[in-house]
Amino acid sequence: MLNSAADRPANETAQQPVLRAESVSFAYGGERVLSDVSMAVQPGEFAALVGPNGSGKSTLLRVCLGLIEPDAGRVQLFGQSPRSLRDRWRVGYVPQRLRIAPDLPATVGEVVGTGRLAKQGWWRRARAVDRDAVEHALESVALTRARGRRIGELSGGEQQRVLIAKALAAEPELLVLDEPIAGVDVESQALFRDSLVHLVREHGAAVLLVSHELRAVADDLDHLVVLKRQVVFDGTPDDLAATGVSLGVHQDDLPLWLEELEA
Amino acid sequence: MNALPGMPWALPWPFDRSYMQLALIAGVVVGATAPLIGAFVVQKGVSLIGDGLGHVAVAGIGAALLFDTSPTWTAMAFAVAAALVIEWLRARGGTTGDLALALVFYGGIALGVVLASRSGTNTNLQPYLFGSILTATANDVWTVIALGVVIVIAVALTGRALFAVVLDEDAARVSGVPAGALNVLLAVLTAITVVAAMRIVGVLLIAALMVLPVAASRLVARSFRGTLLGAVAIGVSSAVLGLIAARVWALAAGGAIVLVAALWFVLASIGAAVRRAGSPSGSAAPHHGSLVTGPH
Repeated sequence: MLNSAADRPANETAQQPVLRAESVSFAYGGERVLSDVSMAVQPGEFAALVGPNGSGKSTLLRVCLGLIEPDAGRVQLFGQSPRSLRDRWRVGYVPQRLRIAPDLPATVGEVVGTGRLAKQGWWRRARAVDRDAVEHALESVALTRARGRRIGELSGGEQQRVLIAKALAAEPELLVLDEPIAGVDVESQALFRDSLVHLVREHGAAVLLVSHELRAVADDLDHLVVLKRQVVFDGTPDDLAATGVSLGVHQDDLPLWLEELEA
Repeated sequence: MNALPGMPWALPWPFDRSYMQLALIAGVVVGATAPLIGAFVVQKGVSLIGDGLGHVAVAGIGAALLFDTSPTWTAMAFAVAAALVIEWLRARGGTTGDLALALVFYGGIALGVVLASRSGTNTNLQPYLFGSILTATANDVWTVIALGVVIVIAVALTGRALFAVVLDEDAARVSGVPAGALNVLLAVLTAITVVAAMRIVGVLLIAALMVLPVAASRLVARSFRGTLLGAVAIGVSSAVLGLIAARVWALAAGGAIVLVAALWFVLASIGAAVRRAGSPSGSAAPHHGSLVTGPH
């Protein structure tokens, strides 16, 4: 196992991580999906979690978000257990795409507005500050002019950006995205990358991207975790390159490597 | 509380009679509130839950006939209990849940029929099975108004969060919306709607009044808010037009109301088809570039 997280500068690890999983194990029925998994995401860090299909990425994500309880180990968001975290707006979550019913009678603005509920309070009406945040979120994914359109009329890539704007509307300090780029057109991938980089660099938020397509963001990543039921790599893209595997330059490097892991 | 007869106002024909005015009030309240709950139920993909809870409400009505108490509250008790069981099964997931639903629904209606037969006569179930809005008493109408107010207040307070939950339950949960509690609330509100509507259209047609106006409205509305308002308008107009038709042609009022709602759905389908054919981009792939304002 390669693990170079310990080699990183002290000032990075001294801060409290926004997300920390410690020795997490989880099994569905008798099948063990996660085995003693530990990882952390630091404030302001652009991190990615990669692994072959069935490597437990989505399960780890659901554990980290408090949607399911681990069998062993523990998870902390901002130093608290996910279920006891009070300020839920600090965590934004973008689920896998195609979760929106194609005939949903709702506008882009309405969908993004639900993302703001975490911060405005789910029982409260939207105030000016909430409407501004929704507007800004739409701006950062370049969908301002689509606000009044029915969401089903948008392309798959545009819908994905709507879901990102929905998560951004609460101005989160940690944005978690589950396989957001799969099958999205190139233009949307570029806009997607821009909005994530904007979030990290301008707003100082941390991003955890779960994906096996990292080409679009290869140059922007600070931290990479490779999972195959357990952590098989944890470090920077440069550390990974030092092992002979690159993320983006040779586009097939990482997928090939993941396949080898599968074998 | 026997007020409301005579009415403080005079309405033109066909609402000149007191019983028609009581029916009008009850019809408008149910016509407005059933689609209000229906919009969330349809979006959640459980359109027929109102039908199932209606079946269970029959058990409550049978019990009321047997013990000679108010059917409203016994039906409410049975429907709310069934709503809680169903929501619990749904949250657990799995196909056994589907079979358990059938057990709850048909067990409910069978129990109702058996209890009613023990009370001496099965015919007393009839007004609740098919609705009997024209024989509603002032007390019945007050009950419907009270239940309608509960539904409107609940939706006004929790509508935004309910929308977030039906849109994406996991995302809502992560962002701190109490999805579990809201699912239970929606199930209970559905049960309340069923009880409010059972005297108007009957338990066999309640689901129609929750679903048809929403199905029509979402074909033409752009936003969820528009869908809600359109569905309420369709529900209210169906109640009014259905009552008029019932008076003019001496029809069963509950069935007439639902048929008007069905007619609205047909008209909305035609309207949506015409609009699709007429719009330049149609429903085909939108061209992406036109939306993009560029990252800032």
